[in-house]
Amino acid sequence: MSTPYAKLPAWADYGLIPLVNLLVAFAVAGLVVLLVGENPLRAAVILVEGAFGSGQGIAYTLFYATNFIFTGLAVAVAFHCGLFNIGGEGQAYIAGLGVGLVALAFDSVLPWWLTFPLAILASALVGALWALIPAYLQAKRGSHIVITTIMFNFIAASVMVYMLVNVLKPVGSMAPQTRQFLEGGQLPKLGWLLAEFGLKVRPSAPLNISFLLALVMAFLVWVLIWRTKLGYEIRTMGFSPKAARYAGISEVRIIIVTMLISGALAGMMALNPIMGDQHNVPLDFVSGAGFVGIAVALMGRSHPAGIVPAAILFGMLYQGGAELAFEMPNISRDMIVIIQGLVILFAGALENMFRPTIQGIFASFSPRSVGISATKGERA
Amino acid sequence: MEFIDTLINILNSTIRVSVPLLLACLAGLYSERAGVFDIGLEGKMLAGAFAGAAAAAVFASAWIGLLVAMLVSVGMALIHGFASITHRGNQIVSGVAINFIAAGSTIILGQAWFQQGGRTPSLPPEGRFGAITLPGADALRDVPVIGQLYSGLLSGHSLLTYVAFLAVPFTWWVLFRTRFGLRLRAVGENPAAVDTAGISVTWLRYRAVICTGILTGLAGSYMALAQNAGFVKDMTAGRGYIALAALIFAKWKPVPAMFACLLFGFLDALSIRLQGTPLPIIGKVPVQLMQALPYILTVILLAGFIGKAIPPRAGGVPYVKER
Repeated sequence: MSTPYAKLPAWADYGLIPLVNLLVAFAVAGLVVLLVGENPLRAAVILVEGAFGSGQGIAYTLFYATNFIFTGLAVAVAFHCGLFNIGGEGQAYIAGLGVGLVALAFDSVLPWWLTFPLAILASALVGALWALIPAYLQAKRGSHIVITTIMFNFIAASVMVYMLVNVLKPVGSMAPQTRQFLEGGQLPKLGWLLAEFGLKVRPSAPLNISFLLALVMAFLVWVLIWRTKLGYEIRTMGFSPKAARYAGISEVRIIIVTMLISGALAGMMALNPIMGDQHNVPLDFVSGAGFVGIAVALMGRSHPAGIVPAAILFGMLYQGGAELAFEMPNISRDMIVIIQGLVILFAGALENMFRPTIQGIFASFSPRSVGISATKGERA
Repeated sequence: MEFIDTLINILNSTIRVSVPLLLACLAGLYSERAGVFDIGLEGKMLAGAFAGAAAAAVFASAWIGLLVAMLVSVGMALIHGFASITHRGNQIVSGVAINFIAAGSTIILGQAWFQQGGRTPSLPPEGRFGAITLPGADALRDVPVIGQLYSGLLSGHSLLTYVAFLAVPFTWWVLFRTRFGLRLRAVGENPAAVDTAGISVTWLRYRAVICTGILTGLAGSYMALAQNAGFVKDMTAGRGYIALAALIFAKWKPVPAMFACLLFGFLDALSIRLQGTPLPIIGKVPVQLMQALPYILTVILLAGFIGKAIPPRAGGVPYVKER
């Protein structure tokens, strides 16, 4: 990657700059709150209290975070290969079909701990398949993956509406969703885990075992990207396709494999709302989580250790935002959409805006840390 | 006779749904031809529609609405430009950000200012662009076929509809017959060459992005001030993305862009018309299939099965001046 910017020490690169960007994004969001006539500081307090002030709040926060860990990982894996998988939304949505079919088929015969692995496989498989065509077209035909994955989001939405309205809806029911799953299609809740820490959680709280699956996946993604040959190849491709080709890495293979993994991760997100909470396949259950994944991956710098906290932060925004809407009638949950957009803007598109300034500050304190003028200054 | 009426009816609604697509598509054309990818068309349209409707409601004037819509859309376009031209950020990421900011802030501001659940107040007639009856349309109404086509199809649209269709030859002229257009296309193919010729790549790209803002503002105004009487939350409903698809479908050329938008508009109009009615031979076509067809067609095109869509060569690549 030929960045036109000089190098900074790692802690500034991975810690300081994202933090500054994030602060600016939240400051601008605060301005929007001010613009609608509310107090941004009070809004922030309500938000944090709503998300972390009670056991119930924490359970919801982590429930939302589960979705975002999956989609964030999906986007991040593709980023490492230099691909932009904007289709997490569609991959997760269509994967709901896989989860739903497994649950509908086995919920009366198998216990949950047997349905769960099958559903994981099904969701990953369907999500991966949905990413396969854009991946193939990118690898073989050079069609821009951003455009094809956007198109596949819309196609997925149409397919799901058709399936839910015309095929999977039980006879006589009005709501476009599948029937409720029986015991075998319901994942156990994790409320007790929080209760261990002395927090009060009602059994209705949706936090479930797929949160643990998300954490396992985060670890596996770390292993894959930084500790395997495949991960090395993926990163090489991301840094320089030319170098990768020169090293004999098959571009087609890496693009397709990366997108399959990315799609599978996005697909697993479907487990959380469907088997963990709703116990049926409703319309629009993804509701933007695929896109939040972009913000999460950008904020987390495509590293699982960054993605998990970023996902929890967004989980906090989702849960706290719901509380905020109660307290401040002028602020609805759509405030989060703005924050999300601002985070994507400042942590993603404008990530280099403050870099020259920060570099300047570093250079004035210790020139060597920035790698400039050290040779000149000392030897002269 | 009934067939002609039905046909005119469908074609009429085709035009109505095509106009915002067409304006957004041409908007994307300027930006992408200059090498700045823009998936933020959707957001700019939405912001334009909201700003236009809000201003038109407050000042009870369609023209003020249009002006404000264009200003806001240009503002959003400049943010995209600032991120992707000045700061060399990722253009896709920036476009996604624009879409989210527009989607969220239109609802939040709409609710805060008008307290109608994210809607703007319903516009009075002077706050909208009404239908224009072309000269002689009423007199010709009873002439079979030609008169019907003239009075039923060509006449009776809002000013913005005519502007949209006139923008097609205008865009063609600008891009292919003016110096600005030549440079704009050059900067999308080989910015280094343009730079060598002593022309500022940055300023050219900014101008292209401003054109995009103006046209998306028009597209938003059409939706809020002509097609509907006010802003409804998330009213663009993915049209920005269809416009993007149409742009690729048209291989980044203005006249094919018009036909692509008309085709996608026709599919949309047809799917509304055919809802639930079975077709001869094929039987009942699911609405969802019709709705997904523009996207499916675009993917097939991108796959290279119907010609090949080659984007501007420098598209999506920030220009770094060599030192």
